[in-house]
Amino acid sequence: MMEREEGRIINLMEPGHTGCAGCGQAIGARLVIKAAGPRTIIANATGCLEVYTTTYPRTSWEVPWIHSLFENAAAVASGMEVTLKAMGRYEGVNIIAQAGDGGTADIGMGCISGMFERGHDILYVCYDNEGYMNTGYQRSSLTPPGARTTTSPPGRKTWGNVTRKKNMPLIAVAHGVPYVATATPAEPRDLMRKVQKALEIEGPKYLHLLVPCVPGWGIESHLSQEMARLATETFLFPLFEIENGVITKVKKVKDRRPVEDYLRPQKRFAHLFKPGGEPILEELRLMAEENSRLEPGPATLTGA
Amino acid sequence: MKTILEGSVAVAEAVRLCRPDMVCAYPITPQTHIVEELSRMVADGRLDAGYVLAESEFGAASIVLGGSAVGGRTYTATSSQGLLLMVEVIFNIAGLRLPVVMTCANRAVSAPINIWNDQQDAVSIRDSGWIQLFVEDNQEAVDTHIQAFKIAEELMIPVMVCMDGYVLTHTWEPVDIPGQEEVDRFLPPYRPADRLDPDDPFTMGSMVGPDAYMETRYNVHMDMMEARQVIKRVCEEYREAFGRGGTGVIDSYGMEGAEVVLVSMGSLLGTMRVAVDELREEEGLKVGLIKVRCFRPFPKDAIHDAVKETQTVGVIEKDISLGLEGTLCSELRAAFCGEDSPEISSFIMGLGGRDITVEEIKQVARDLAANPACRVEFRGLREELLKGDEG
Repeated sequence: MMEREEGRIINLMEPGHTGCAGCGQAIGARLVIKAAGPRTIIANATGCLEVYTTTYPRTSWEVPWIHSLFENAAAVASGMEVTLKAMGRYEGVNIIAQAGDGGTADIGMGCISGMFERGHDILYVCYDNEGYMNTGYQRSSLTPPGARTTTSPPGRKTWGNVTRKKNMPLIAVAHGVPYVATATPAEPRDLMRKVQKALEIEGPKYLHLLVPCVPGWGIESHLSQEMARLATETFLFPLFEIENGVITKVKKVKDRRPVEDYLRPQKRFAHLFKPGGEPILEELRLMAEENSRLEPGPATLTGA
Repeated sequence: MKTILEGSVAVAEAVRLCRPDMVCAYPITPQTHIVEELSRMVADGRLDAGYVLAESEFGAASIVLGGSAVGGRTYTATSSQGLLLMVEVIFNIAGLRLPVVMTCANRAVSAPINIWNDQQDAVSIRDSGWIQLFVEDNQEAVDTHIQAFKIAEELMIPVMVCMDGYVLTHTWEPVDIPGQEEVDRFLPPYRPADRLDPDDPFTMGSMVGPDAYMETRYNVHMDMMEARQVIKRVCEEYREAFGRGGTGVIDSYGMEGAEVVLVSMGSLLGTMRVAVDELREEEGLKVGLIKVRCFRPFPKDAIHDAVKETQTVGVIEKDISLGLEGTLCSELRAAFCGEDSPEISSFIMGLGGRDITVEEIKQVARDLAANPACRVEFRGLREELLKGDEG
């Protein structure tokens, strides 16, 4: 409190944490809370962000923040919202639940579905680095096809991960969530605008951020933001907003880049460029092609 | 006011009188009537609280955790598989020092699936850091819930009130429901020292490494040890205010000159009291009873002192630690570790709702009187259903 009054706060998520240099999630999380402002309470799932910002006795958080478990951030946030409302303390407070892709799309799925369905006034942020990075990069249901992870290693019989990414934004839309958007830390103003817009809407909101992971993806620290930008420019991670089930905005890409520009610098995709990897590359090209056809209108299963 | 109510409804009335800020519910037999009644109260405006219908018991436990973390008085109820599904959160609520109160309508656990009463569910999570209070009848259930919020909030330790499913939850009994003003005088509003509040931010639930984790566990343990005194004191305060209200951590019955002492928890005590009276009156067998009201923290000294003059103790319980013996029996043996111990036997009875008769209890006492040697036995088994078709 003292520091706040003296105006010495640098960020609501302060530097000095132990995240990797270039961590896309650290950049993303700092922008999310910067946009949300100091009157925000965060329920954070277990994962990298929790570990590197709150290793006792230090904390990076200048806002009230709680970590309970891997899979229950959405439920903890639900309890906070209902109770604050019942106590008459909710006015002017934002509640954010945040988790990684595993804590959202795999183990957290039940709680997030409950939160969406009950219609709590909560912004849910998924930091998608496409795998379980806190435990050393194992496959999650948001790992893209072909990616090498420690539990989907390429071998004589496989070419890495064999499944497509679970479509979390559309799963949110299917719950009737009024505002769903994607963003990356490479476009900070777009990301912050979406957070602020989301927080103005009553009800559950879902924000899906692609956040590059330096060790997991096998990239240089200084390429983190570049990878986030290329994910969008190749259409492997399109930026869009869906309001009440209708796609209202899709980011236009002036110079569309081939998917190889995004895949080749990442060690997790290196094996795809050996002879025999072509079918997976073709599948990724196809996904990008589908994504490139996204346009304003009703959100449907293909594309978004 | 004295009135005839179903046990679940009586508990809901007690919870309402405690003015919870938020109640969270997921249906599971035989707990369901409690949260149904609370939902009716909210619908009718008799209870002014947030009410969340969770997507699972895991979600329900997480939701009351969140509500408690922002400074609310929160309540939920469960049974059996529901409690087991909550387990990860149960440990978390205790570790975060959140004073949630929960009813466990005790029920057998799967497999095989069985919806009837035993106490395996609650006993299985004895190490989670929750205070566990077992009640004998519905009046004690009402009184214990009101005490539970006070105990929990004073110690910042969650409390689970355990009542036998069906036997108590679905039974209509006369109960005295206190007035709101009396309860308000007894139970002050919950004002936590720390809560998640943008005006005074702090971090709850951080990652704690080998340098400090052990100290957090030590602190919880020491507070749990102290909790026995707090439970006794709150019981006395309640007795002063309401003229009744349970018996602290243990209760005893018929202990004058007892040669055989039977120990148990929950609603079985009522049946056991009858058995003791009949044995003493009709057979001249000096049998006494110890009721364990507080299972965690374990009232080791109180039980030790209560039975140390006896040579023969039988623990009758509706749970088993498979591969050893009844859990309450193990605890009792531990209370005498390192000194002369009475013979302590374990009797597993009433699992999955099997009836326990007065006669069966009397037979346990007679057998112990004739031969006090330690034993672990199931009683009430149907021999024809056991495997072993050797013929």
